[in-house]
Amino acid sequence: MWTFQAVERVGFAMRLLWDSFYWLLVGRRYKQKLRLRQVVEQIRVNGFDAVPIVTALAFVVGMMLSIQLLYALSDFGAESQVLLAIAKSVTREFSPLITGVIVAGRSGAAIAARIGSQVVSQEIDALKVIGVVPVRYLVLPPLLGLMISMPMLIILADVMAIFGGSVFGAHQLNMSVSAYMVESFNVLVVGDVMQGLVKSVVFGVIIVLVGATTGFHVTGGAEGVGRATTSAVVISISFIVLADMIASYFLTQ
Amino acid sequence: MSEPKKDKKTVINVKNLVTHYGQRKILDGVDLDVKKGEIRVIMGGSGSGKSTLLWHILGLYEPTEGSVELLGQDIHNISFNDQLKLKQDIGVSFQSGALFSSMTVGENVALPLREFTDLDENTIRIISRMKLEVVNLGGFHKLMPSQLSGGMIKRAALARSIVMDPKLLFFDEPSAGLDPVVASEIDDLILSLRDTMGMSMIVVTHELDSAFKIADKITVLDNGKNLITGTVEEIKASPNKRVMDLLQRRSRHDKLNPSEYLRRLTQENYTLS
Repeated sequence: MWTFQAVERVGFAMRLLWDSFYWLLVGRRYKQKLRLRQVVEQIRVNGFDAVPIVTALAFVVGMMLSIQLLYALSDFGAESQVLLAIAKSVTREFSPLITGVIVAGRSGAAIAARIGSQVVSQEIDALKVIGVVPVRYLVLPPLLGLMISMPMLIILADVMAIFGGSVFGAHQLNMSVSAYMVESFNVLVVGDVMQGLVKSVVFGVIIVLVGATTGFHVTGGAEGVGRATTSAVVISISFIVLADMIASYFLTQ
Repeated sequence: MSEPKKDKKTVINVKNLVTHYGQRKILDGVDLDVKKGEIRVIMGGSGSGKSTLLWHILGLYEPTEGSVELLGQDIHNISFNDQLKLKQDIGVSFQSGALFSSMTVGENVALPLREFTDLDENTIRIISRMKLEVVNLGGFHKLMPSQLSGGMIKRAALARSIVMDPKLLFFDEPSAGLDPVVASEIDDLILSLRDTMGMSMIVVTHELDSAFKIADKITVLDNGKNLITGTVEEIKASPNKRVMDLLQRRSRHDKLNPSEYLRRLTQENYTLS
């Protein structure tokens, strides 16, 4: 029973993804036009508003990596490699993962709660009888919003994590912070940054699809909305970690 | 209350509608024929299938059998474009109002105009305000739904449902949970919309006073079946026991057989009565 439900939900999420892009492409022909204003609003809410927390956590993660790696690499007399290790691990792995988890907690929960409460209060039915396709109106804007804002957040997280690493590492390596930063960016290649950006788009899609799927399946009133919100966060983070592993495997071949 | 003329065109035609929730039959061969300008009230006890019938008429659920024609088009078997055009001729007022909680009252009313017309913002604003005036909510356009009372929410929902000047209007329990004065105001609004705009309406309610005040015809559902359809006078004069129970607010368990009741409770395959 549980397996059947899980498969059904994955199918539902895939259908949401398909329908979203279908309405993006043909919406205008069927009076189901995407409102740019809605996408900009989603970029603001899910992207811009997440800047402070992403900045703070990326900085702390960068500093933490610097502390741990300097300690571990000192055993081999390879402290100078800390710069390379932080720059590569942050851009390829930590920035997208940390940002994905933060956005899943903020936006995934918000999407599930919003759609869930709209299901409970018959707002989705109201949209349908008015003639508005709910996927186009409720799922497509956050989907595009996160596909645009996630890469921007990742670039910010990359810079802040490297900066965080430099605050502790530069002193240990007898370098200035600016020299540490410049050297870090020099060791990076386009592929390193691209790996994080590709992952971020995938994570954005996962967050919206999981949030919307749990939201659309809400039953049981306000309590059901609460359950859906919790599920959305837990399931999103689980899928993000899984997708991260799969993407890491294929993108490092 | 004016009975529609007999030669008027049928605008809502439901034929042999059957639907199930799982194994349970909710609607069992319901037929309905609503003429232009008619107010048809659907009555029945809780769980009789009133709201389910409404959702099927609106195309929100697919029936197991039967058909629903609105303005001559089968709502379940038309192209998306035709369905979209048809929906612009339909207005629905939900029991809870179903106003979009993230929008102001004015934005709620304006939504269908913004989505489906090419009108400029100024015109949209004026039309929405006009519709709010019709339901006596002039000046409330900037409030959020959470700032409105139950009666105001119903009226705002009504304003949204008539903003596209639909030909068909549907109400789910329009006066449920309202005090008698506000409920009576809603009834007057329904009558005035029919008289001034010529709309045809289906009103699902279990409020007897309201039903008798607004109905041209009443259809009584019982256990998913069409028990009786007639004018207010015909319904009031009906000798049917279930109709009399409903009108006199008598419980169906008034004449419960105690031994039968005990047998049902203790049997292995206990099911709904």
